[in-house]
Amino acid sequence: MLRGKWRYYHVWTILAGLFALALASAACAAEPLKKAALIPQWEPQAQFAGYYVALAKGFYTREGVDLTILRGGPGQPPSRLLRQGTAQFGTFFLTTAIEERAAGLPLVNLAQFVPHSTLLLIARKADGIQAPADLDGRRVSLWGPEFRMATQAFFRRNGLRVTTVPQGFTVDLFLRGGVAACSAMRYNEYHAIINAGLDPEELTVFSMADHGLDLPEDGLYTLEETARNDPELVRGVTRASLAGWRYAFAHPDEALDIVMSHVSAAHLPTNRMHQQWMLAQIKQAMTSEADPLGTLARERYETTAQALRRVGLITAVPEYEAFHVPLP
Amino acid sequence: MSPSPDVRLSRGLAFRLAFCILTSATLIFTAAFAYYYQSSKAMILAGVRENAKNLLRGAVYRIEAPLSGIERIPRFLARGLARELPPAEDLERSLQDFLQTNPDVFGTAAAFEPGVFAGQSRFAPYYCRRGDAVVRVPLGYEDYYQLENWYLIPKELGRPVWSEPYFDEAGGDIVMTTFSVPIMRAEDDTTAVLGVVTADVSLDWLRRQVAKISLYHSGYAFLISRGGTYVSHPDNRLLMRESIFSLAEASSSPLLRAIGRRMIQGEEGFARLPDFILGKPAWLAFAPMPVTGWSMGVIVPEDELFADLRKLGREVAILGGAGFTVLLLVIAFIAATITRPLSRLAATAAQIARGNLDTPVPVASGSDEVGALSRSFEQMRLALRDYIADLTATTKAKERLESELKIARTIQMSFLPKKFPPFPEINAFSLHADLVPAWEVGGDLYDFFLIGPGRLLVLVGDVSGKGVPAALFMAVTKTLVKGIAEQESDPAEILTKVNRELCVDNESMLFVTMFLGILDFTTGQLTFSNAGHNPPARIAPDGTVSWLALPRGLFLGVMEDSVYRTATVTLAPGEKLVAFTDGVTEAMNPGLELFGADRLHDALAQAAALSPQALDEAVMQAVNAFAGEAEQADDITVLTLLYHHADEA
Repeated sequence: MLRGKWRYYHVWTILAGLFALALASAACAAEPLKKAALIPQWEPQAQFAGYYVALAKGFYTREGVDLTILRGGPGQPPSRLLRQGTAQFGTFFLTTAIEERAAGLPLVNLAQFVPHSTLLLIARKADGIQAPADLDGRRVSLWGPEFRMATQAFFRRNGLRVTTVPQGFTVDLFLRGGVAACSAMRYNEYHAIINAGLDPEELTVFSMADHGLDLPEDGLYTLEETARNDPELVRGVTRASLAGWRYAFAHPDEALDIVMSHVSAAHLPTNRMHQQWMLAQIKQAMTSEADPLGTLARERYETTAQALRRVGLITAVPEYEAFHVPLP
Repeated sequence: MSPSPDVRLSRGLAFRLAFCILTSATLIFTAAFAYYYQSSKAMILAGVRENAKNLLRGAVYRIEAPLSGIERIPRFLARGLARELPPAEDLERSLQDFLQTNPDVFGTAAAFEPGVFAGQSRFAPYYCRRGDAVVRVPLGYEDYYQLENWYLIPKELGRPVWSEPYFDEAGGDIVMTTFSVPIMRAEDDTTAVLGVVTADVSLDWLRRQVAKISLYHSGYAFLISRGGTYVSHPDNRLLMRESIFSLAEASSSPLLRAIGRRMIQGEEGFARLPDFILGKPAWLAFAPMPVTGWSMGVIVPEDELFADLRKLGREVAILGGAGFTVLLLVIAFIAATITRPLSRLAATAAQIARGNLDTPVPVASGSDEVGALSRSFEQMRLALRDYIADLTATTKAKERLESELKIARTIQMSFLPKKFPPFPEINAFSLHADLVPAWEVGGDLYDFFLIGPGRLLVLVGDVSGKGVPAALFMAVTKTLVKGIAEQESDPAEILTKVNRELCVDNESMLFVTMFLGILDFTTGQLTFSNAGHNPPARIAPDGTVSWLALPRGLFLGVMEDSVYRTATVTLAPGEKLVAFTDGVTEAMNPGLELFGADRLHDALAQAAALSPQALDEAVMQAVNAFAGEAEQADDITVLTLLYHHADEA
């Protein structure tokens, strides 16, 4: 029954030790590396392949950073770790980041990696759900506040009153019929549902992007303070992360090997096929011609912020210049 | 004699016999064997299916029985907690007692909704085993247990639930599943969920249980969860990580995916697996596990399934092979017994065909067709030998006869004067005669000689009958005429005397027709007599052809007192007299028409101007041309006398 912390301590003590050993030798030769930690918003998976690849290929070290990637997950929200100072860097959905900033956490966007929404709501056709209106009055499972803004905006836009049920780390509740629909990322839960034996034809999939809620997702963030005090560190981590993503897309098999090593270390119940699907979907979401890798277009930022404001999740839109640190 | 026929016979017949019988037998045997094999396979498969079903049901019961036993206490606790929440110490003691009295349970917790238990925002005491001891351990993420499946799902479903299995790292890398019972209190119309009571079960023993289940040698059992994830599998790498669907996706196998769907939908079944699972054809039997909602499968490789059948098949094939060998030998033996006498017979026949009729035919024992054939052949040989002996004797006799006949003819022909012109010193006449004998002797004759000064006797005759008697009769006649003509000079007298002589002792009743004339070539006066002969032709110097009128007279040799008369004509200088036998006028063409007097008349008219020799040849030619392919039936004789002039004498 034990998860979370116990696992966290085990793995990260070992990993930290290994990194310390590995990097100590490199540090001896050159100037001392700056220590920093990055917290992804979820457990190790291909969603963060770029960071793991950059770490494995030594891109951070090359930038003079002794980076530690912490193990994310439901018990380790990046907002908390950044606030606590446990981590200097974190990944957020753009909506979450804007809301966190509005709520007082001074986040700045270093790179926007996923310029589109991959968020879905998935229901069963067998339950009579074909259109958004069919969700009215149903039970829908949603993730925590950081991930539910777009779906809530979707409900409001469609005038739906749904009973929201907390969504855990799996889609088991949906699979067991506890809810009529559940949240899903195209790169993750959608495939998990398919791999639990439901055929795509049996599902109704509402893509937020198709319903005017194409809100950018994963981006790399740090605190204003860090960006101000150590711009070199911030630029180094950003550059290395970008390089990591480029390398991962160019060498998907190697990237998968690296991701799977993190997955195995974390004893996560996932498999290579699933991670392969995830990497392919993430690549598709991240490599669009309109948005060069890592850029946050002002227009997208404004649209997202205004959408949040309109649904009442934030009251004031932060300045784009203040929110986004241009690419190094 | 081309390739030896006896070899071809024996090989051909025996080979064809063996080939046909063996081919038919092979076809029949193969069809029967294939049918038997397929039927057996289906029967074995049905048996395996039934077997596997029973085995699986037993295994499912063995594994799930303890699990359903474990369900009782959490249910009991949850019901009690729903009625009344005890003090914390009592609750914790209950949990400890539960763990201590149930060795199958790894850990237990009672987790509550925020504020429900004594106003605490989180209250979730958790006890689990550490070695032999039972200890209280923090859940580790009190903030978030509400989102864990073991809490969230029973709470939201409002009923007890066995969770999907998961690794528990704190418990020592064991796989566990948690049974969670929601604590539900009915208040007014609504039912509130106060929390959840759980029991963790290590699935380690379950894995061992499952590992024991096997069918045949390399068959193995596995469990998959409701979501298709491997819960138990000989390959530990698959556990918790891979699902039957991820394997199907990795191998692009819709078949495996379809099987997975049937399994997670709680079906019981038996299916052929894609080959990549074991690297060879295999079958899967599966059955649902009602308590946990999982599914158990047993995989059996097809080669083991059908190992006995294949062994039997091999034995049958060997037996069949042996049977075929025996059959081949028997057929070869039968073929040999049939063909050996036939070969011998054929060899003998070849000897006989070469004319070796004394080679005895081997007589086959037995009363079969070959024996009958041998006997018939022997009879034929004997009959043939006798016949050929007869034929040889007959042929010899015939040859002798023919030879004698030839000699006789030669002698006969040598009687006839052959020298032309016969009297080169006499210019008063020209004379030519020709006789073409037929194959069968007819006995024509002609003769001419001078009797006294200035007188020429000519005669043409035809002996009735054939063969040697006719020839002899002709020779006699000719000799008589010659002899008598030396004393007599009147043609009628000559004929009368010849007739008288011939009639003496003419027992064979042969007779002769004859035209006999004496030309006084000093005057051209021709005296002549006739004994039943056809009239000669006269060709006047101007070429006119007429028939010489003959006095009547009976043929010679029949009646002793026949009377012959002499007639006289005077031949003009240049006139021709053509005497001939009935071989000319009675020559027949293939249409059985006679040449006749008219055609002869025409032929003579055309050849009137020719010399006697040329005229004879022209007549012969005309007859030959008319007869064509028809066989000459009678001797043909033509004699032509041309009277030049008396002064020439």
